[in-house]
Amino acid sequence: MHKYKLIDHTADIGIDIFGGTLKELFSNAGYAMFDIITDLSSVDTKNIRTIAVEGIDREQLLVNWLSELLYLHEVKNMLFKEFCIDTIEENQLSATLHGELLNEKKHIIKTGIKAVTYHNLSIKKENDHWKARVIFDL
Amino acid sequence: MDEGKYKIQKIDDYHWRIPREGKMRVDGIVYADEEMMKEIQKDESLQQVINVAHLPGIVGHSLGMPDIHWGYGFPIGGVAAFDLAEGIVSPGGVGYDINCGVRLLRTDLKRLEIINKLETLVNTLFGNIPSGVGSHRKDLKLTLPEEKRVLINGAQWAVSQGYGTNEELEHIEENGCIRGANPALISERALERGRAQLGTLGSGNHFVEVGYVSEVYDEKIARILGLEKNGVTIVVHTGSRGLGYQICDDFIRVMINAAKKYNIELTDRQLCCAPINSQEGQDYLEAMACAANYAFANRQMITHWVKESFEWALQVSPKESQISIVYDVCHNIAKIEDHLVDGKKKPLCVHRKGATRAFPPHHPQTPEAYKEVGQPVLIPGDMGRCSYVLVGTEKAYTSTFGSTCHGAGRVLSRVKAKKAASGRNIARELKEQGILVRADSLATLNEELSEAYKDVTEVVDVVEHAGISKKIAQLKPLCVIKG
Repeated sequence: MHKYKLIDHTADIGIDIFGGTLKELFSNAGYAMFDIITDLSSVDTKNIRTIAVEGIDREQLLVNWLSELLYLHEVKNMLFKEFCIDTIEENQLSATLHGELLNEKKHIIKTGIKAVTYHNLSIKKENDHWKARVIFDL
Repeated sequence: MDEGKYKIQKIDDYHWRIPREGKMRVDGIVYADEEMMKEIQKDESLQQVINVAHLPGIVGHSLGMPDIHWGYGFPIGGVAAFDLAEGIVSPGGVGYDINCGVRLLRTDLKRLEIINKLETLVNTLFGNIPSGVGSHRKDLKLTLPEEKRVLINGAQWAVSQGYGTNEELEHIEENGCIRGANPALISERALERGRAQLGTLGSGNHFVEVGYVSEVYDEKIARILGLEKNGVTIVVHTGSRGLGYQICDDFIRVMINAAKKYNIELTDRQLCCAPINSQEGQDYLEAMACAANYAFANRQMITHWVKESFEWALQVSPKESQISIVYDVCHNIAKIEDHLVDGKKKPLCVHRKGATRAFPPHHPQTPEAYKEVGQPVLIPGDMGRCSYVLVGTEKAYTSTFGSTCHGAGRVLSRVKAKKAASGRNIARELKEQGILVRADSLATLNEELSEAYKDVTEVVDVVEHAGISKKIAQLKPLCVIKG
C-alpha cells in the first residue's frame, strides 16, 4: 500500500495519506512531507530527536505535527526520514524522529513548503484503514 | 451561462453574479469574461466565493477578480469587506504570506544599453539577493530589539539603516509602514523564523525581474509614472517570509477557538475568524501589521541590492541610472479603509487575498505624485510573457472597495506543471526567447513555467473593460532571478 499520493490543487499541493493504524497514518504524513521537500534517498538517519505535539482534536493534531516538523526543518535545518509515533491519543502524540542536518553539498530541496493549512483537512477511517487529506501552502 | 454546479447569472460581458441563497448574506460577484468563467468553474474557487459570502458582517458582495483560483479558505483573487461593528477579520482572508506584494522600479537606462550585459547582471543579482527555500543572509544578523523595530517601522526602519531615502517612502502603499503594529503579540517562533530571513527573496513564485517598457497605452500618465518606451524597469515580488507564515499559523489556532467562542459557523476551518472588535480580532490586526511592515522592509532592502547590482554589473553610477520606485503594492492584506456604503463614507475592514488596491485620482491615500492619475497598480505576469502597469479608478473605488486583480493566476497545478515541463529545458527555452533566468532550484523553474499561468493580458483586459483599472504600460522581461 502507498504511504501517500499527491492530489491536484491549483495553487498549492495536497496529499492523501494512508495508514493501517493511526500511528502509521501520522508517520506516513511526516514521510510524505519530507518526500516532497527533498530526495529522501540522500538523507541518513544518524541523528535522533524526540518531540511531543498537542492539538484540540485529531485534525488539528495532524496540522500541528506537520507544522512542528516544518519548523524544525526551516529554523533548525533538519531533514527527517523516519517517523516513529511512540504514543498517540485524540489530542496529543509523542514521536521519535530520525534524520540529519541539512547539508547543501549533499541534499537538494525540491519544494519549499510555507505552511500546513486547514483547508479541506480530513481524517477518516474506512474499512479498517485510515486516510487523511492535507493541503500545503507553497 | 447556467451550467455546472453553480447558479451563475451573467450581468454583462465582464460581470457574473452568484445569487444569494441559503445562509449566504450577500451575492457573489466575479469579474471575468465568458471563456475565463468556464475555466473558473473547473476548480473550487466559486465555492470559496460562496463560503466567504456566509461570513458575519460582510458588506456589498463577496468579490472574485479575473485571476481568481482555488486557495485555502478564501479564494486567491478574492476581496471581501466587513463592517467594523458586526464584521469579522480572518487570517485566511489575508493568507500565509502576509503583505506579499510587488514593487516596480524605473530607470533612465534603455534596453539597448543593457542588452549585452544581461548575463553579468543576472549573475550579480543572483549573488547579491539570497533566494530559495529558507534563504538567509550571512552578513545580516538582527538582534531581537532590532527585529522588533523592523516590525514597528517597516520600510522606514530600512531607510534609517541606509537602505534608500525618505522620499522613496511616499511611493509605497501606507508609506511602507502600517501603524499599530505590536511586536508583543508575536510568538518566539515567528521572531526566530523572521530574524535570519530579512532581505531575502524566498522560494515559489517570488522573483526579481529586469525588463523594459514594451508598450505604452497612455503616454501622459506613463510619463508621470516615470515610464517611457524601451526604458529599463525592475519588478520585485516577495513578502514577509517565515515570519508572516508563522504569524498566520499562530493566529489560525487562536481564531479556531475564537470562532467557537463567538458562535461563528464555519464551512471550512481555514475560514476561521473573530469579530473585528474582539480582543482576538484586534490582536490579529496588530500582529498582521508587524508582518506587513517586515515585508515592506524586505522589499526596501532588496531594492538597495538591486541598485548596487546595477552599478556593479553595468558600471553605471546611480546618477546615470536614476533607479527610483514607481510604487509598491500589497496583495495579501486586510486594511481598515473608508468606503462608500449606501452613499455614506464608512470605515470597513477590507480583505484582499491575491488582490491589489486600486485607489482613484485624488483619493487621500493616492500618493501626492500621482494625485491626478490614480494609484499605480502593478500586475506581474509569468516568466515568459509580460507584466502590466495600471492605475486605479473611481469605478474601482465605488464597486470593488478600491480593488483589482493581482497577477495571472495559476491554471495548472504544480503537479501538472511539472508533468508539462518534464523532458524540457525551461531555462534554455526562455533563453531562446531572449530571457535569462537564474533559479535556486530547477523544480521551481519547472513549476513556474509560462503555461502554468493564465495569460496575464486576458486578466488585465477584463479589469480594464470592467473599468476597475486603467492600462498604462506593458513590461517585457529580460532577465529574472527566482527562488
